[in-house]
Amino acid sequence: MSPDLFPKNPGNKSNLRLLNRKMSTRSIVILGNGITGITAARMIRKRTDDRITIVSGETDHHFSRTALMYIFMGDLTYEDTKPYSDDFWVKNRIDLKRGWVDGIDPAAKRLMFKNGDLLAYDELILATGAKSNRFGWPGQDLQGVQGLYSYQDIEMMEKYGPSTRRAVIVGGGLIGVEVAEMLLSRGIAVTLLVREKYFWNIVLPESEAKMIGRKIRRHDVELRMESELMEILSDGRGRARAVVTKNGEEIPCEMVFLTVGVSPNIAVAKASGIECDRGVLVDRHFRTSTPNVWAGGDCAQHREVPPGRRPVEQVWYTGKIHGEHIANNLCGEPQPYTPGIWFNSAKFFDIEYQTYGVVMPQPKEGEESFYWEHPDGDKSIRVNFHGETGEVLGVNVFGIRHRHSVWESWITSQTHVEDALADLGAANFDPEFFRQYEPAIVASFNSRYPERAVTLKTRKGLFSAAIAKLLGSSQLQTA
Amino acid sequence: MNDLTTNLTYEGHSLTPGGHRLEAWEMTGLTLFGLGLLILAAGLFTASGVSAEARIVWLSLAWGGIAGGGLLYGLHKHLSEKPGIRNHGKTTDSLTARGALGWTLAVLFTGFYVMLYWFHGMLGGLIRLHDPLSEFLRGKSADQWFVYGTFYTVGILVMGAKAIAKYRHSSYQIVRTCVIMAMQLGFAYLLPALFVKLNQPEVYLSYLWPLAYDKLFPGTLHGFLQAGNIGWFIVGWFVAGTLVATPVLTYYFGKRWYCSWVCGCGGLANTFGDSFRQNSDKSLKAWKIERWMIHSVLIFIVLLTALLWFEPSMPDALKGAVYGLRKAYGFLIGAAFAGVVGVGFYPLMGTRVWCRFGCPMAAILGLLQRFNSRFRITTNGAQCISCGNCSKYCEMGIDVRSYAQRGQNIIRSSCVGCGMCAAVCPRGVLSLENGPQAGRYNNPGGLSLLGGRKAL
Repeated sequence: MSPDLFPKNPGNKSNLRLLNRKMSTRSIVILGNGITGITAARMIRKRTDDRITIVSGETDHHFSRTALMYIFMGDLTYEDTKPYSDDFWVKNRIDLKRGWVDGIDPAAKRLMFKNGDLLAYDELILATGAKSNRFGWPGQDLQGVQGLYSYQDIEMMEKYGPSTRRAVIVGGGLIGVEVAEMLLSRGIAVTLLVREKYFWNIVLPESEAKMIGRKIRRHDVELRMESELMEILSDGRGRARAVVTKNGEEIPCEMVFLTVGVSPNIAVAKASGIECDRGVLVDRHFRTSTPNVWAGGDCAQHREVPPGRRPVEQVWYTGKIHGEHIANNLCGEPQPYTPGIWFNSAKFFDIEYQTYGVVMPQPKEGEESFYWEHPDGDKSIRVNFHGETGEVLGVNVFGIRHRHSVWESWITSQTHVEDALADLGAANFDPEFFRQYEPAIVASFNSRYPERAVTLKTRKGLFSAAIAKLLGSSQLQTA
Repeated sequence: MNDLTTNLTYEGHSLTPGGHRLEAWEMTGLTLFGLGLLILAAGLFTASGVSAEARIVWLSLAWGGIAGGGLLYGLHKHLSEKPGIRNHGKTTDSLTARGALGWTLAVLFTGFYVMLYWFHGMLGGLIRLHDPLSEFLRGKSADQWFVYGTFYTVGILVMGAKAIAKYRHSSYQIVRTCVIMAMQLGFAYLLPALFVKLNQPEVYLSYLWPLAYDKLFPGTLHGFLQAGNIGWFIVGWFVAGTLVATPVLTYYFGKRWYCSWVCGCGGLANTFGDSFRQNSDKSLKAWKIERWMIHSVLIFIVLLTALLWFEPSMPDALKGAVYGLRKAYGFLIGAAFAGVVGVGFYPLMGTRVWCRFGCPMAAILGLLQRFNSRFRITTNGAQCISCGNCSKYCEMGIDVRSYAQRGQNIIRSSCVGCGMCAAVCPRGVLSLENGPQAGRYNNPGGLSLLGGRKAL
């Protein structure tokens, strides 16, 4: 990266204009048409007239990877998963090139394709995503053994699914549950092997992990806890026929899903001399060790990790934020990585999950953790807060929708747990006429923390929130 | 653990997505339903010559079979699944994905409407079959509109029960569907029948001008006034319904108070047509056509109504032209568009073709919703994963995702507030809300980083 790319005074508009003009003839090549790559492309197009080329071997057009499960279940077609219509790319002069890249030549600033094509770049963005983990298990390359990440994985499921009566899923995480739901929707029986004692216990506290485990079992998944894969057996014709677990059990099956996380897809970058660790290493501006090469999304690893974040972030929205940052930095509006509070969401069969802030499986030293669970086992909330100062640190909600902006402001402004619970209705994002659980949650909080007892003041809804704001949320008593 | 494995049977096995195995009860339900239809079809050709007593038996068997069989099938299908969104197989099923079954159904629906509007002589036997019911409810013999109303009401009630079973995890859908069913049964079936029985005008109070395009025509209002006191009530109802209730309720609740809670067209779409909602066109081009068409129809009916009020002071030549316009509207818009295309094309173009491209009432409600309402669909921060379920299952063809993925609230004149985008969202991103107008258009729920940006 040439040092003069970032003006000394970014607020100076004439400086920026000059910069934009200077850069107007660049050729920007983006490797990968996932959410990071296309976000970067869109944001660059908004600011400059640079030539933009997006390269992908996976599909012709960008699609929502998170919707793969719905294609298999018949809720959506592949076309439905495209967030932008096919003419969008033409209209916005974003060139699409289909092909697998073999190598990068940073000295000559060009890409080499498997079929021998060459493509020159002035700036290169690596957004190559991730690959499903395979930990060297015997039989892991047999037919019918796969992960779930790419469009090709769905094609594989279509190929081997019809001849499958039972599948074994290895790994208790978000993708494992999605695969279970997909297979069950097509009448394929599922055995789910989970290494931990409780489901997704490396992320979820025990109560939530147990609740989700019960839910999974209710959906006719055969869930085996503390169970690990040892090897996959072949039927003699190259297709999986059974798995053997570490305690020696043999489970007959026709497909095996390895959903034990994903790793950054760094093969091409690494071979081309770009500095990598687990992922392609990037600084706070998403620059790699190689000049004019940037990286973001699932394939990147931060050298400096922002507080409350991980070095490798493989979530849809972080990919989006990375793409935005890369575009800003590339277009002369330097923006160090500042992602804000952590949040995420998922769906375990019919239970929706949202989390804001930091909730570890075990509360940290000095942290209080309040937990409420509905007797039906489908809804719960956990609020973690600082034991002394009382400020809220994070929340897990299952089966109740909560409002992102409310929790974000509570956490960033270090709101006291009492105030947050008194206004809990403002965070409720469930549809109209849904039963409201705030009174039960607050009652449970009050019996657990009598010294912090609160009165519920704000009910659900924008109107209620506006009134509460107007009255300083003190006089309104609707609980 | 091993017994668990062996106990699991593989009988539910199906190779296509969502391939729903018909169970014995569902087969029975479909059979009963088919038999009921067969009896009606037989009546079409023979009922004219059959005694009143025999017609009562035939009619009870026919509608008993259709309603009972439909309920048995619909309720069993959904109640045998766990509560939650189950749209599996919608994109592969011949019926719901514009396959051979979908096309067959579209041809049958369209044919039925063509007969109903223009060749109802062919329905003679069917109409005579309904005489006993019409005599009982209305005190006079049946006509094709009474038969149509019976079909319509049974369709909304039976398929409404099915919709409640399907969406039973959502209180919004349960409440809304119950209201739709009550509106149809009360305001659009029993009450008009009662009016007729009491020798009053046959009036459908839930259909307001300009959807019911002649409700504010001078001739229609004069006709109501012949009925004395009740006539004044009816005139007051329709004038206030259009001029007062429409702007006030739309201000507080959005267009949905009418389109997906009261209106019979919307009621049929959300019950009988629910399986086809995903077939609406989501393209930008469709949106452009929609805006031109629906506002043209609105201008047409407003002009026509105004002209009719000035008709008495017009020269005779102009009167003839106005009469011609009135005929043209009735044929092209009232019958061909609202009926034949509106319902006939359900399986091909989704359930809201009329509501989206043609209905002038929807156009007025839409303008009010767009410019003077507290209603919006809020987007929840940056949780959207762009999966596309919201757009796919929007019956109005709104590309909901294009708003949700950039953290922008959805305020579209066409949105009827059915709530399905919020129901199918797997990440809790969307919520229908009424609130202060301030901040409606910007992004109260978004991340500073992602929200509020204009789409490229």
